[in-house]
Amino acid sequence: MPETENKIPAGSGAAAAANEPQKGPAPAASPEPLLEIEHLKTYFPVKSGLWGRTKAHVKAVDDISLTLRAGETFGLVGESGSGKSTVGRSIVRLTDKTAGEIRYRGQDLYAMPERELRRLRPKIQLIFQDPYSSLNPRVRIGDAIGEAMLQHGLASPDNVREQVLEVLELCGLPRYHIDRFPHEFSGGQRQRVGIARALAMNPDLIIADEPVSALDVSIQAQIINLFRKLQRERGLTYLFISHDLSVVEHLCSRIGVMYLGSMVETAPRAELFGNPLHPYTKALLSAVPVPVPKLKRERIVLQGDIPSPVNPPSGCKFHTRCPLAFDRCKAEVPEFRDMGGEHFVACHLA
Amino acid sequence: MENLLRVNRLSTHFHTDEGTVKAVDDISFRVGKGETVCIVGESGCGKSITAMSIMGLIQAQGASGVTGGTIEFGGEDLLKLGKNELRTLRGSEISMIFQEPMSSLNPVMTIGEQLTEPLRIHRKLNRKAAAKRAVELIAQVGISRPEQIMDSYPHELSGGMLQRIMIAIAISCGPKLLIADEPTTALDVTIQAQILDMLRRFKDESEMSIMLITHDLGVVAEMADYVIVMYAGKIVEEGEVEVLFDDPKHPYTRGLLRSKPVLGQLQDELYSIPGQVPDPLELTESCYFHDRCEFCMDICRVKGPPLRGVGERQKTACWLYEEANVHA
Repeated sequence: MPETENKIPAGSGAAAAANEPQKGPAPAASPEPLLEIEHLKTYFPVKSGLWGRTKAHVKAVDDISLTLRAGETFGLVGESGSGKSTVGRSIVRLTDKTAGEIRYRGQDLYAMPERELRRLRPKIQLIFQDPYSSLNPRVRIGDAIGEAMLQHGLASPDNVREQVLEVLELCGLPRYHIDRFPHEFSGGQRQRVGIARALAMNPDLIIADEPVSALDVSIQAQIINLFRKLQRERGLTYLFISHDLSVVEHLCSRIGVMYLGSMVETAPRAELFGNPLHPYTKALLSAVPVPVPKLKRERIVLQGDIPSPVNPPSGCKFHTRCPLAFDRCKAEVPEFRDMGGEHFVACHLA
Repeated sequence: MENLLRVNRLSTHFHTDEGTVKAVDDISFRVGKGETVCIVGESGCGKSITAMSIMGLIQAQGASGVTGGTIEFGGEDLLKLGKNELRTLRGSEISMIFQEPMSSLNPVMTIGEQLTEPLRIHRKLNRKAAAKRAVELIAQVGISRPEQIMDSYPHELSGGMLQRIMIAIAISCGPKLLIADEPTTALDVTIQAQILDMLRRFKDESEMSIMLITHDLGVVAEMADYVIVMYAGKIVEEGEVEVLFDDPKHPYTRGLLRSKPVLGQLQDELYSIPGQVPDPLELTESCYFHDRCEFCMDICRVKGPPLRGVGERQKTACWLYEEANVHA
């Protein structure tokens, strides 16, 4: 693997780490597809005027395809407005798609009768950035977790408390927390509650939307380790949505980079971080501050802001900020091409 | 290096119904001319309260507020200044930018009005001259079409642009000290890179000092000359940036550096500091970090360690190094 080349030099530790590419995230994923997303489009109407006529669409997700294999951790990265959260929400049907197909174990999630979807729901769980706003402040966390288990028939009234205790312990929360209210927890503990609630459903796939972004560094490390422990023990599949590339590198086996609703590059971890092909990925990587003061990196500083998704640039959406853009980029949308070794990129120059 | 700001034994306490919160507890540090000092720590460590105390933004209510110490700036104690004297200093000699640019700008005033206000008050420019200078400033912070931006309202601009406007306002009167409280935390990484580059450029051009408050060790490594690490209202370690990152002494600093995932350095398991920050109402005489510290000794449970020099360019508050100190 040409992993050490072009690697961002990150001080003395980098060389040692680069020599052991196997170290780190997730065990080898099995090739069986758990979730397939094909040409997903999720648009939001922009309404205006007295009659609320639809004036335009925000193309939050604009033709994205990806496949999650059982047991892997797929990282979805991008800046605000890239549509990464909308992908997650479209999968669990919190936001309805506009076009395309999402299949879970071969079944189309949007073509399924309500009843069957309900049966499937526990299998795909979502964890949010701010668990506080997703917990009812008046419900004890034991009840909040237990209720979902009862609703889905995963526990009976006699053993629900025992089961809740079990899942709390698994997530590193002491047993006596079961009768506490959400406000009695710190940020890190609340995220553990969020994870426990998802886990109680005995899911196959967990979609985690910026689960560690609101946490302090020392707590963030605890939660990241918890995610990995649970994956090892339960064989979970994660779709990990984050803007933090250092966390994503640490946790994910494959990564997709989004920009303005489009996927610009996907690759296995070592490839993406060692040999990024898209100029946006390169810029994103070089913009991450590295805690090594001596390091003087050549940095690609992108000019300008992210354009509005209501009116995205023509051709390649990145051409307005791309340091390498040429005429063709303005006119022609680059194809998402296979570069070999599961490395896909949408760039005319690649 | 000549001192610009000298904070001496500053304490800021808040009295609540449940007890006294020592948000900032007897801390001393200095910022030299043209130096960038970073204060780093996790939420609740008192880093923002330190900045607000310096700016005189903490209102005294009963026994709450700045309860002790001095803040010397250019030979004067800021804590002894009257309201009007402080007002002439703020926005001209010392200015501040915050994490949320949207909530620090007035939503019903145009960008132009907000940019020209300090120029007219502090620099006594007339309307026309102030407007001309404001346009220059907008261009300086890298925004195109400055004339058009002058007439825009904050809600019409993106977060990155607003933070640039905040910086333009902050540097408009050529301050000697810029206090930046998590200026890039709410921004995307590519925008963060632009803003940090810009701050560095302004600092180099004008010999301004920067006091940068952040929780991101990556940002510290890129920006700081000198670093101060705070924990539960106290300084636990400080030192020149390269020394501190190369050879952190305090177990908390070490833990922080080890628990951050770093691009290009894969680890099997991330190191994590066990437990969590102590409740500010339940602090005792002990070292505040003792129950999370793997090197905790008997003395740590009963007595807080003083901040002392270890080597020439570094200080730490930890009993582990006390003995070495005595024998040195």
